[in-house]
Amino acid sequence: MFENISLAFQGIWSHKMRSILTMLGIIIGIAAIISIVSTIKGTNEQIKQNLIGAGNNAVTVQLYQGDEAYDYSWNAIPSGVPLLTEDTRTQLEALDEVELASYFNYRSYAENIYYLNTSFNGKVLGIDDKYFDVFGYYIQWGRNFLASDYEKFRKVVIIDHTAMSSLYPTGVNPIGTCIEIRGIPFTVVGVVDKKAAFEPVINSVEDYETYSQESSGEIYIPNASWCIPYQFDEPQSVVLKAVDTDSMTQAGNKAQDILNGLLSQSTRKKVSFKSEDLLKQAKNLQDLQTSTSQQLLWIASISLLVGGIGVMNIMLVSVTERTREIGLKKAIGAKKSRILWQFLTEAAVLTSLGGILGVVGGIVMARVISRLTTMPTAISVPAAAVAVLFSMAIGVIFGFFPAVKAANLNPIDALRHE
Amino acid sequence: MILELSHIYKDYPQGKLTVPVLKDVSLSVEEGDYIAIMGPSGSGKTTLMNVVGCLDVPTSGSYILAGKDIARQNDNQMAEIRNRYIGFVFQTFNLLPKLTAQDNVSLPLLYAGVSKRERRQKAAIALEKVGLADRMTFRPNQLSGGQCQRVAIARAIVGNPKILLADEPTGALDTKSGEQVMEIFQQLNDEGVTIVMITHEPDIARRAKKIYHIRDGILTGPVQ
Repeated sequence: MFENISLAFQGIWSHKMRSILTMLGIIIGIAAIISIVSTIKGTNEQIKQNLIGAGNNAVTVQLYQGDEAYDYSWNAIPSGVPLLTEDTRTQLEALDEVELASYFNYRSYAENIYYLNTSFNGKVLGIDDKYFDVFGYYIQWGRNFLASDYEKFRKVVIIDHTAMSSLYPTGVNPIGTCIEIRGIPFTVVGVVDKKAAFEPVINSVEDYETYSQESSGEIYIPNASWCIPYQFDEPQSVVLKAVDTDSMTQAGNKAQDILNGLLSQSTRKKVSFKSEDLLKQAKNLQDLQTSTSQQLLWIASISLLVGGIGVMNIMLVSVTERTREIGLKKAIGAKKSRILWQFLTEAAVLTSLGGILGVVGGIVMARVISRLTTMPTAISVPAAAVAVLFSMAIGVIFGFFPAVKAANLNPIDALRHE
Repeated sequence: MILELSHIYKDYPQGKLTVPVLKDVSLSVEEGDYIAIMGPSGSGKTTLMNVVGCLDVPTSGSYILAGKDIARQNDNQMAEIRNRYIGFVFQTFNLLPKLTAQDNVSLPLLYAGVSKRERRQKAAIALEKVGLADRMTFRPNQLSGGQCQRVAIARAIVGNPKILLADEPTGALDTKSGEQVMEIFQQLNDEGVTIVMITHEPDIARRAKKIYHIRDGILTGPVQ
């Protein structure tokens, strides 16, 4: 076997030009596949990063009516949905997949917030004392909500960075100032920022629309004070911090079941809790990307087929050229199987070499693509290994017919061949 | 008796006709014999050589080589018989151009499953026997015709075959090189190697102990 391989290398080396031309089809095919796969993998990793990296493994569970998140700005509060309590929160935190749980009030409709004459469209959230921990926020200036803020229903507010820069464009210190939410004055006590600054990578307008929704300004008030600008019996949403990214779906599903358990049968027919699964969203986006790229993979595979036929052609030429050699070998005692293996090995070595060169070419191509187009690429090691094995298989498949032809040569005719 | 052909017939189909090439050929060769088979071209001597060399099976008749009935062997067994019992020397040497003399000589041992070290050793000894100890690493295109034929002889004897089968061994050589090859044959025969040689040159045939003639597929002889 080892001798066959080294003989095959000698054969390939002695016909350098021909071998390279023969391998070219395989090289191009494999390089195309590797670079496409790298692009798919890179894009997918970026999608996951963009969606989940921003969320700190946070899974939001909220009330849905059908496929729409329930919105209290337009709709009446559904009956039969109990308000969440500390007990529910503790129950959620007891789940294996959940590290932290927080419940909060919010409306998807952006509210007009005023500081003096400056207005700003922001999302108002009524939060408990766990919310900032779940999302990985920290108090940059001022203070966090105190227990007494909750107990005494104080009209205090913490704003995020976007809200601050919109409301205080002149750089006034916001701490201690008064802003209006629905005409009701609230005192700003703090400004929060994210611990890990995460900027999603934006390559296109679509990316911007997909990933930039979260970065609109947010205004936080104690959930106890929610009833001051809004209604006290609006059902809350829950946000969970999953122990890791891969547990996000599980955590969301389990929490959703627990919360739905609080609803009566008749209520559940109208509304139910659903987890907003970022991992699933990422998967959906990835699937979309992958399915378009997979079309390209088919085209690249055709190049492999053409390459394989080229290998078969050149192996047939090689068998004809070496008819006398085959005849001599058979005359001095080489069995059919040995001749068969010799040619199969040669074809397999030729295409494997092409495969390896193709992988190298594909990696280079992927690098060049990511340089030129900012499209992300990630090299997939298993894909590279499969590519080499696959090209070896092409050699065996397309080398089989020529090898059988060689093995079945009649030694008498072969020796007399000119 | 090392080799016994009895009542061998060989027909070749040619279109709708079958052409008889060998007609009732019987031949016995004893161990240590040195025989020459002479005949003009088209007489059937190459076909006879193919049958003797186990490259072809006769249409009818029996061929016993070293106690084995050749008609009853399959392809792989035939390959094994050729490998173990027969050493071929061809008119055109048939060396592999990319291999050195030593590698060419050790090729039959490779098919016999001999280890690499032993192969190289035996090949070196065989090359020494034909006077090419100093040409072991040369490739065929670096050797003269006579030297090539001597490498081919070394290849034929490296596995200690029962018979050495030579087909016009001097046909492609000048007189001097041919003379050298014949001397090696003589020397090998003196050492006990059985030789069957096919030639159309009377001078060469005269070196053998027995001469057979073949004409139109009919073997006559031997002439001592």
